[in-house]
Amino acid sequence: MRRKINLLALLFTLAITSVTFAKSDNTDQKDTPEEVKGFIKHHLKDAHYFELFHGAKMPLPIIVWDNGIQFFLSSDFKKVKVKEVTAPDSTITFVPLSESDTVAKESSDYLYESKSSNYSIFHGKIVAAKHGDMLLKLNSDGKKKLVSHSSLIDFSITKNVLMTLLICVLIFFLFTGLSKSYKKGPIPSGFGRLLEPLVLFIRDDIAIPNIGEKHYKRYMSYLLTVFFFIWIVNLAGMTPLGINITGNIAITFSLALITYLITQFTANKNYWGHIFWMPGVPVPMKFVLMPIELLGTIIKPFSLMIRLYANITAGHVVLMSLIGLVFFASNLFAFGSFFGLTLFLGVIELLVAFLQAYIFTMLTALYFGAAVEEHHDEH
Amino acid sequence: MTIPNIVGAGLIVIGAGLGIGKIGGSAMDAIARQPEATSKIQTAMIIAAALIEGIGFAALFAA
Repeated sequence: MRRKINLLALLFTLAITSVTFAKSDNTDQKDTPEEVKGFIKHHLKDAHYFELFHGAKMPLPIIVWDNGIQFFLSSDFKKVKVKEVTAPDSTITFVPLSESDTVAKESSDYLYESKSSNYSIFHGKIVAAKHGDMLLKLNSDGKKKLVSHSSLIDFSITKNVLMTLLICVLIFFLFTGLSKSYKKGPIPSGFGRLLEPLVLFIRDDIAIPNIGEKHYKRYMSYLLTVFFFIWIVNLAGMTPLGINITGNIAITFSLALITYLITQFTANKNYWGHIFWMPGVPVPMKFVLMPIELLGTIIKPFSLMIRLYANITAGHVVLMSLIGLVFFASNLFAFGSFFGLTLFLGVIELLVAFLQAYIFTMLTALYFGAAVEEHHDEH
Repeated sequence: MTIPNIVGAGLIVIGAGLGIGKIGGSAMDAIARQPEATSKIQTAMIIAAALIEGIGFAALFAA
């Protein structure tokens, strides 16, 4: 217990120092609105390093499949500033920017180049080329797009991957602890006392009413996993560690895909009957309903994906914008009210973290329930 | 962001807000009428609100 308290105190001190570090860095004259915007944009993206606070960067391994596996640390990359040279056919090439060069901000860019190998990170993506070999094309909507790079597959342990793995380990230890404590007696000890009511809540209020007494046991493991994964990941997103896992559409896509596959592969013949040959409607109508129902099976997990992703992203953007507002405060009153607003929205986000996990689990259970529903005659 | 996008986003937010407000208001009425069914009404309310929210977000991304 003593050790746990010490650990908490250490974490708290780290959080405080991160705030002070961020503040002392802001003394030189910079474009503050642009900086806040860039910071939010940067936070929503995945990264190849783990930055606890300004100056404390931890490199993460980069694993790339490019005709054979390549493995190195992200500390191998160094920043290179370049200026753009636009050709008449609207293609762009990069020329390194020397110290004395002064070019407009719009026509300069930067990328990270590996010192020991032929890779660089350009706008968050690993590319098998150095800046001299890059060829970009200007899109019709004014965005630059890389046209010259060989295809490679990126298996890197990025910030999101590392945090997902750590949270999986945490959930594993929490729940094996809970299950082991039942060997000693009927009442769990320690952290299990918080988890047991939640497990019962998912069984009694989500699984049984939506799936039914007969089939719910098959789905309990997935429902529990998905609920606690989303909830703990969302809560971790509210810590000063600056992680944003469920605000990444690839993660929510994977979760929704698993829900979709389980629904399709455990469905009984009534489910398919309702899709392809809707009972109780005239025959011409059955042909109309068939494509609509088929499309519906895909739209359901798609809306699961979008809902979780958009909610968490929107919450993070709003919270970070409010934190950014604190730096614009010119007097103590404004500072205090911005702080209060941030605290208020932070508490709301804690509620949203639970609500989104609940809704995802609830709708998943609803889809499972539709898949195993028994035949009944009122149609 | 161009002006049509901003107007579209505003319309979406108005629509989603009206929808969720209607659901919340109806749920309040229902709970006042039958307080013993509170938990069931709340569940149905949250599901309906989540569905509207999902459509709202999908439209916001398109805007």
